[in-house]
Amino acid sequence: MKSSVITFPGSNCDRDMDVALTKFGFKNKMVWHDDNELPKSDLVVLPGGFSYGDYLRCGSMASKSKIMQSVINFAKSGGLVMGICNGFQILVETGLVPGVLLRNKYLEFICKNVFIKLDNKDNPYFKNLDKDVFEFHIAHNEGNYFCTQDQLKEIEDNNQVAIYYCNNKGQTEDQFNPNGSIKNIAGIFNKEKNVLGMMPHPERMIDQSLSGEDGSLFFKNLINNIK
Amino acid sequence: MKISAIITLKKDVLDPQGKVIHQTLDGMGFKDINEVRQGKYFEVDVKENDPSKAKRIVEDMCKKLLANLVIEDYQIIETQ
Repeated sequence: MKSSVITFPGSNCDRDMDVALTKFGFKNKMVWHDDNELPKSDLVVLPGGFSYGDYLRCGSMASKSKIMQSVINFAKSGGLVMGICNGFQILVETGLVPGVLLRNKYLEFICKNVFIKLDNKDNPYFKNLDKDVFEFHIAHNEGNYFCTQDQLKEIEDNNQVAIYYCNNKGQTEDQFNPNGSIKNIAGIFNKEKNVLGMMPHPERMIDQSLSGEDGSLFFKNLINNIK
Repeated sequence: MKISAIITLKKDVLDPQGKVIHQTLDGMGFKDINEVRQGKYFEVDVKENDPSKAKRIVEDMCKKLLANLVIEDYQIIETQ
């Protein structure tokens, strides 16, 4: 299975993602933002970081970079595109997934482990996972998911919420919302469910001795789903 | 000619920075404030001398990059 990780100026989780994808069997290529052509890929990942120094709005500049036209075409033809953290911010700026990510409600950079609950498994990313609650890491200043009421209705009607912030029992009360996101939303799909944007970092949870193993479960399952 | 654009958060969107600025001003003794909203200001020098054409160009920029219309409104001002 082939994957591509796009590196933008200011990306800083691109190599972590490369390590994670390679560890679980992807043949991964790093792709520079200024390239025109996407290599043949089964999965494209927009990594976390601070592309273009978060100038103007997080992800806004990166969403207009050269390679993104190929990424958008790939996504529109049904290819799997996953954006993590800044990658999620880039995805919302391209319009591939609805909504925006505002500054965290309490104006602080949040860096900690959180629990997330999968909302539906009828998609290539989560199908066949045998548990619903995962512990991932978040590290962001602008992760406060926002959309209009009309968009929210459409998102819910189409089952586009990918994950919610919750506690270790999967309860999604407001007190387990780290950043003020509408309805505790931590990740969103496009309508077709081939594009996934989420703030939490699965690639930071792939080693028991360093962090945790929930990211390993996610990546192992993902490559099996794509095969 | 120079065209300016002011980008502000839409009314329904939470502006935590504006809130903190409001609280700070209040603490400094500025008690007569209903609300503070923070925004962005751009000054674009366009290679176009016709004001309505220049404004249209900057409006296009606002729609495509300078503003995110899900959360922000823009206002175009001719400055020169």
